[in-house]
Amino acid sequence: MSRIGVFVCWCGSNIAGTVDVEKVREEAAKIPGVVSALDYKYMCSDPGQNSLRNIIKEKNLTGIVLAACSPHMHENTFRKAAAKEGLNPYFVEIANIREQVSWVHEDKERATAKAVDLMKMMVEKVKRDRPIEDVRVPLNKKALVIGGGIAGIQAALDIANGGVEVILVEKEPSIGGRMIQLDETFPTLDCSSCIMTPKMVEANQHPNIKLYTYSEVEDISGYIGNFKVKIKKKARSVVEKDCTGCGECWNACPMHKNVKSEFNVNLSERTAIYVPFPQAVPLVPVLDRSVCLHFKKGGKCQKCYDACGPKCINFDLQDEIIEETVGAIVASTGYDLMDTSMYGEYGYGKYKDVISGLQFERLLSASGPTEGVIKRPSDGKTPQTIVFVQCVGSRDPEKGVPYCSKVCCMYTAKHAKLFAHKVHGSQSYVFYIDIRSTSKGYEEFVRGTMEQDGAIYLRGRVSKIYEDEGKLIVKGADTLSGNQVEIAADMVVLATGVIPKKGSDKLAQMLGISYDKYGFFTESHPKLRPAESSTAGIFLAGMAQGPRDIPESVVSGSAAASKILGLFSKNEYEVEGTIANVNEATCVACFYCQRVCAYNAISKKEIKDRSGKLIKVVANVNPGLCTGCGACVNACFSKSIDVKGFMDDQIYAEIKALAV
Amino acid sequence: MKLAYYPGCSLKGTSFEYEVSLLKILEAMNIEIKEIPDWNCCGASAAHSINHNLSVALPARNLAIAEKDGYESVLAPCAACSNRLKNAAYELKNDDILKKKITDSLEMPYDSEMSINNMLEFLIGTVGKDKIKSMVKKPLSGLKVASYYGCLLVRPPKVMQFDDPENPVTMDELVALTGAEPVDYSFKTECCGAINSLSKPDVVMALTGNVLYDIKKHGADLVVVACPLCHSNLDVRQREIERKYDEKLGLPVLFITELLGLSFGIDPKDLAIDGHMVAADRVLKKIEGLANQR
Repeated sequence: MSRIGVFVCWCGSNIAGTVDVEKVREEAAKIPGVVSALDYKYMCSDPGQNSLRNIIKEKNLTGIVLAACSPHMHENTFRKAAAKEGLNPYFVEIANIREQVSWVHEDKERATAKAVDLMKMMVEKVKRDRPIEDVRVPLNKKALVIGGGIAGIQAALDIANGGVEVILVEKEPSIGGRMIQLDETFPTLDCSSCIMTPKMVEANQHPNIKLYTYSEVEDISGYIGNFKVKIKKKARSVVEKDCTGCGECWNACPMHKNVKSEFNVNLSERTAIYVPFPQAVPLVPVLDRSVCLHFKKGGKCQKCYDACGPKCINFDLQDEIIEETVGAIVASTGYDLMDTSMYGEYGYGKYKDVISGLQFERLLSASGPTEGVIKRPSDGKTPQTIVFVQCVGSRDPEKGVPYCSKVCCMYTAKHAKLFAHKVHGSQSYVFYIDIRSTSKGYEEFVRGTMEQDGAIYLRGRVSKIYEDEGKLIVKGADTLSGNQVEIAADMVVLATGVIPKKGSDKLAQMLGISYDKYGFFTESHPKLRPAESSTAGIFLAGMAQGPRDIPESVVSGSAAASKILGLFSKNEYEVEGTIANVNEATCVACFYCQRVCAYNAISKKEIKDRSGKLIKVVANVNPGLCTGCGACVNACFSKSIDVKGFMDDQIYAEIKALAV
Repeated sequence: MKLAYYPGCSLKGTSFEYEVSLLKILEAMNIEIKEIPDWNCCGASAAHSINHNLSVALPARNLAIAEKDGYESVLAPCAACSNRLKNAAYELKNDDILKKKITDSLEMPYDSEMSINNMLEFLIGTVGKDKIKSMVKKPLSGLKVASYYGCLLVRPPKVMQFDDPENPVTMDELVALTGAEPVDYSFKTECCGAINSLSKPDVVMALTGNVLYDIKKHGADLVVVACPLCHSNLDVRQREIERKYDEKLGLPVLFITELLGLSFGIDPKDLAIDGHMVAADRVLKKIEGLANQR
């Protein structure tokens, strides 16, 4: 026989102001099986919890119903309190009479009637509760970080410094990501590569970090604590352990000046065997087989091989698949810049001196194609007038994306400032929609660009850029004065919008994490769980989540790392027991459940008799992956799946309670 | 394919050269089009700034007639006409309430998926490059031709679904087929001032002047257009612009159909090339000269 306690919370006047809590308590007391009914001002307070625990003891309760706020708020609090008195925590049910009643209704009488109904439903449910045990998943205490930009490196270093092994996978030949391409950083103007390279070196030398560059994650299966990862290490054609990074090979390569440098955003050329930049980590070249004469002309050229002292060039190296098992993953794949071909009116690609912001960074950079001297691509002359155009693709739902790319206002101000510092007597113009400079020191920085460095800011958009007698004519609107303006510039820099790294949607599908319509990875909760993905054990960092600047990327890398260190501080991971459960006797092996499961939690399980003969195949739920969402329950034709804590009989009992 | 022809007012009046040359080259290519019977005004430019329903109903009536007569495709050579027809079709397709209102008031059904083509779409898509190329008897090689698109052929891009709205190339491709050299310049889609020609001629002269002087600077012998209003601004206002800015232009403005006709070897008189304000004699002589050189 059930012995149920009902506790009605006032939540101060939050509930009691609209619901007659005493009436709810009185109605509760009338229900068969309810042995105790109580109302109290704040059930979540210590005295509230204590009275709950006392009554469990006194009345030897078998189930508890709290008519209170949403279970998202305090279900855990009350479950823990009940567990302390030896009651299985899943015998605690919540009737939400705050968010679903008092906060949304005004008529006290009808609100009270609804609260009574919800309470009755939960009483009928709790009568049918069975004990549920939480699932414990063992943890492989090793982490995988995908993407070796600043966010990924920060995450890897923090995890490694916490004493946990990390595998850092980077697609490009070197780690460093976008940050190593930048010149100086706003608002402090410290040199990006000077603060980045120490981190890259540290990551490379850290005893707890295993670095795979020029590698890609090929496949991921498993679940929190136990992810099986396949990493494709692309054939570098150079034996890493023997290479000294001396540079004889790329100096010998006849393909110089033939291939556009990705690192310098097409502003310079590279050889077929190359390191993307002098401070590359690891300083081991990669042979680009798509352009190498050895591979294109049937093995005739081997100049790099001949030049190599330690003879570490091996044309026969093949792609290698490395398998690893990790307990947690950080996805920090970074960003790309939007292709501006939809802005034909700006002539990007047509006019050599219309360049992107990232290209301008390379022109500013001491390691760039012009060694830090600003020279325009067309004729190598130093420009005297530059027009900067912000929001090219950003905040433009018609042609680009509706969101703000966040970093462009600041880096454009930085560009204009550095231009003024490097070319004295020069003039820059900035077309902007709004200026967004909200972090520490940012507004002052932009002001400085305007007031000390003399950049002329024009609020409006550019309608057209065309060439006329060696000048780029920029036509635009100055909406503050209401005039149309035309500026004859030597160079134009477009602040192109930020988009997720190409292929990040495919990676998200492989990881089973959600992403938004633009391809940015989605947080589990935008405010309260910003480092977690929708899948347990997979964490997010950096621009892969959306536009952000360097400090925010560093913070997000550290946040992901601390989450993983926290997870690994225990030996097992506890998953709520309210997960799907298959009745193997009735399962007809249609596997429709497998098709609807968004978390890849359902696999096929073979049932064999003692002699090893296959009797039948049934669906099997992986407790590490199942979130208890219930999609499989609905999909099951043979009614063979239930979610624990939400069994059919419980749901029917709730509905019946409404009918009487 | 059954092809309907919607001439609109310009081709029957101020831009008769456009119709004459169109019909001539179609005859040469053996392509048959039928004028939509009892067609009415497409509504440009007044209707859509005054009454939305009317701006859809006027072109919709023409489309409904074409649909009733079983046409699969409508050619509207005038850029404004094709713009209005496409707009109406787009709105009727995407707004059921409006569609009911319009078809009720027209007392005609309209459910068609008929393709509506501007001149360039028709030539490249329906006629085809191969056909045109095979017709070129008198290649215009050596002639430099600037294609001016204006605004209506490509905008709004969502509705027109034609070419790159900021850097269209279809007309340049047609020019290349004739053997002439397409001239790249900066103001292909810049506004010519359109109908302000009557109310604010100074504005039009400034805008059209920009376009013409840019074309001149890039070394073109002549301009081709596919829009009667563009033509009228570039051609009719040219002398005034020259006087105002005190700089000679002397740029004949031909319809694309006329240029094709010349390359087909059709007599310029039959193409009504003598109907323009800026005489094309010098260009015609150059063509003859080039032909004699070969």
